[in-house]
Amino acid sequence: MTNVTENATEPDFQDDGLEADHTEIAEERARRQRRALIATAAVVIGFAVMWIVATTMSGTIPSIFASVLRSAIEPQTAAVAIAVIGLNIHFGFTGLLNIGQAGFMLLGAYGFAIAITRDVPLLFAVLIGLAAASAFALLLGLPTLKLRGDYLAIVTISAAEIIRYVGRLSQLTPVTGGSQGLPGSQYRDPFVNLSFFGDGTTTIGPFSYQNTGVNGWWIRFVAWLLVGICCVLVYFLVRSPWGRLLRGIREDEEAMRSLGKNVFAVKMQALVIGGALGALGGIMYVLPSSVQADSMGRTLTFFIWTALLLGGAATIFGPVLGTILFFSVRILIRGITGAVVPPEILNTQQSDQFSWVVVGVILMLLVIFRPQGILGNKRELQFNA
Amino acid sequence: MQPPVSAHGLTARVRTLLGLLALALLVPLAAVAGAAPAAAETLGCQPSPETGCLLGTLRAGETLAEVEISVAGPGGEQTATSGPDGRWSIEVTEEGEYTATIVEDTLPEGVTVEGPVTVNASLGQNNTVLFRLTGESDGSAVGGRSALIIQSAVSGLRLGLLLALAAVGLSLIYGTTGLSSFSHAEQVTLGGIVAFIMVNWWGLPFLAAAVLTVLFCGFTGYFQHAILWKPLRRKGLGLVQLMIVTIGLSLAMQYMFQVLVGAGTVRIIREAPTPISWGPVRLTDQSLWAMGIAIVVLTVVGFALLRTRLGRATRAVSDNPALAEASGIDVDKVVRLVWISATALAGLAGIMLALVLNGVKWDSGMQILLLLFAAVTLGGLGTAFGALAGAIIIGLVVELTPAFGLPGDLKYATALLILILLLMVRPQGLLGKAGRIG
Repeated sequence: MTNVTENATEPDFQDDGLEADHTEIAEERARRQRRALIATAAVVIGFAVMWIVATTMSGTIPSIFASVLRSAIEPQTAAVAIAVIGLNIHFGFTGLLNIGQAGFMLLGAYGFAIAITRDVPLLFAVLIGLAAASAFALLLGLPTLKLRGDYLAIVTISAAEIIRYVGRLSQLTPVTGGSQGLPGSQYRDPFVNLSFFGDGTTTIGPFSYQNTGVNGWWIRFVAWLLVGICCVLVYFLVRSPWGRLLRGIREDEEAMRSLGKNVFAVKMQALVIGGALGALGGIMYVLPSSVQADSMGRTLTFFIWTALLLGGAATIFGPVLGTILFFSVRILIRGITGAVVPPEILNTQQSDQFSWVVVGVILMLLVIFRPQGILGNKRELQFNA
Repeated sequence: MQPPVSAHGLTARVRTLLGLLALALLVPLAAVAGAAPAAAETLGCQPSPETGCLLGTLRAGETLAEVEISVAGPGGEQTATSGPDGRWSIEVTEEGEYTATIVEDTLPEGVTVEGPVTVNASLGQNNTVLFRLTGESDGSAVGGRSALIIQSAVSGLRLGLLLALAAVGLSLIYGTTGLSSFSHAEQVTLGGIVAFIMVNWWGLPFLAAAVLTVLFCGFTGYFQHAILWKPLRRKGLGLVQLMIVTIGLSLAMQYMFQVLVGAGTVRIIREAPTPISWGPVRLTDQSLWAMGIAIVVLTVVGFALLRTRLGRATRAVSDNPALAEASGIDVDKVVRLVWISATALAGLAGIMLALVLNGVKWDSGMQILLLLFAAVTLGGLGTAFGALAGAIIIGLVVELTPAFGLPGDLKYATALLILILLLMVRPQGLLGKAGRIG
């Protein structure tokens, strides 16, 4: 199967000497950076226009725009973005097919929330959540990382489901809350108490939230700060010798092995780091809501994949852009469908469902016509795991 | 890819497999035949859009039979008695909070129950009531565990056969194209939903609707192959990307089902099925029909794969597409045929699952997707007969998990755990060839 895609890249590398190749790659990089800049600018301008419309006018369209903007800065959007950054280390940089990222999130959330309910200090609770996901990664990686890529895919998705089924076991209700889950009030307080934002409500443009509160400015601030930190972390990681090793493994495992690198160990490190980021995302995901096994199942994993491909795998900022667009575009589609299509054809609930249909179709079209996403480099995605 | 397989090795494998299958079929049947036929009993409650079921299984060491349960709530007060397998069920017609109590005098010696249980009942589904029973029954209850195991084995075989219908197609798709199709689960749901629409909206008789549904599902396979999979293969899209395309398709189809028939469970046939009781085994006539049809269809598919020209060509493409193409096989035609038959089989599985499991929902397929993957991987990726064996094993594991005292919620998890464990010792699956897989 691999032959097909390898052929596609060949013309780029044939004939030209090393020098020509270098200038070509440099040009390509400049083109790509320009494109990325334009795409990012377009998104920012789009949001700015929505902001102006939402704050200066009233009516259906401005209110749709306001809800789009609100969904873009939701703490759960940030949480998913962190998980997407983790998946980017797996899939984008190393080529590991992890289809169980929601399982890592769920495990992190359980570890964190259960630790807090057992009176563990906040920092240690977070570490417990991360450690749980790392141990999970080790457990999954040991038998599968030496096998072909699709085995990791099957094992991760199955293991993520096992965690979900175990988490919602009625016998475990005293620990995990069973299928009802753990309500946020049981583990949220230590985090909320850290806030130095004080009481009261602040309104900025279309956003009006409590300064601290359950789902206010404080959690938004921390969540997006963490997204920023993760981006910086990934930036330095992938530019390190270790990061080049990752991409080397993605492109040609055998070549790396023949250079004397321990491919298995490096893949394992990537799996653990990406999984720990997933767990961090999971912790942020449940802080404003509750730990519920069913909210972090396969569907969430699929959303994470969509967001990653939308933004562009193997890029630094792609996961963040992809996640923001994924959630806000869906709200936009839902709002427009609700406003344009008369309720006799599609009622409110059906508009919501229809927006997901569009999301599914967008995912298909995206992978078919622009597999590298908005910011990605097509050449970096010419691999087959 | 895999090396071509010698005819001798193949027949040996097939023979082992047929042996295994015969064993899987015969063991429960022998157990059934050995048990004395009993009078037909009323089958437990079946949820429908207008009614919901409160149900549970009483177990304290052994299952507890002949225990009275009374339930009070918005729909009035009702009582039920647990059957030989410890199961009881009560039909309710109003949603709301119900209080279930066990009549303590009817409990066996040494078993106590911890207070009444409240449960929020919703219509159109089974609402499980869990009593906290302490102590241990001395096992004098009628039937007991062995009866439960036999009943579960038969249900497992039923689930396994229906899974096999879908899994064989999934495995053939993987074998001939290398694609793990996540949207195959939605093809299963599609069967149930289309049959529901034809019977309930268009008023077609069930059999005609079933035939039309299978044809329609086969057509969706043809259509998808023509507009999606073939052009994409030509374009040279990687397998990972193709897999994500199927994830997108799966998402779009799931929500399309919701737009069409809503998010609740719909039933193709509203009348309660006729229960048939045979010793400790209770099945509906629909289940028996479904199992029979599945066996016939699977036999036909197996025969076609082994004996017909196209079947042989399919297996050749599965083994080595390049070699098959070089020896004059029209790979494109084979792949198209595989897509058509895989989606038609999935549609058939969907109709019968909807009948047997009392309805179909937008995510019915999603529920069994991982079981399908487990079956396909367990048997050996890309081997059609392996998928059959894998599906029956998975079906049995799923249904037998609760019978061996593990929590019923874990029945899917056990199947997946077995899959992971098997991959560690035998990554090529039960019937797969030990090749280069790493």
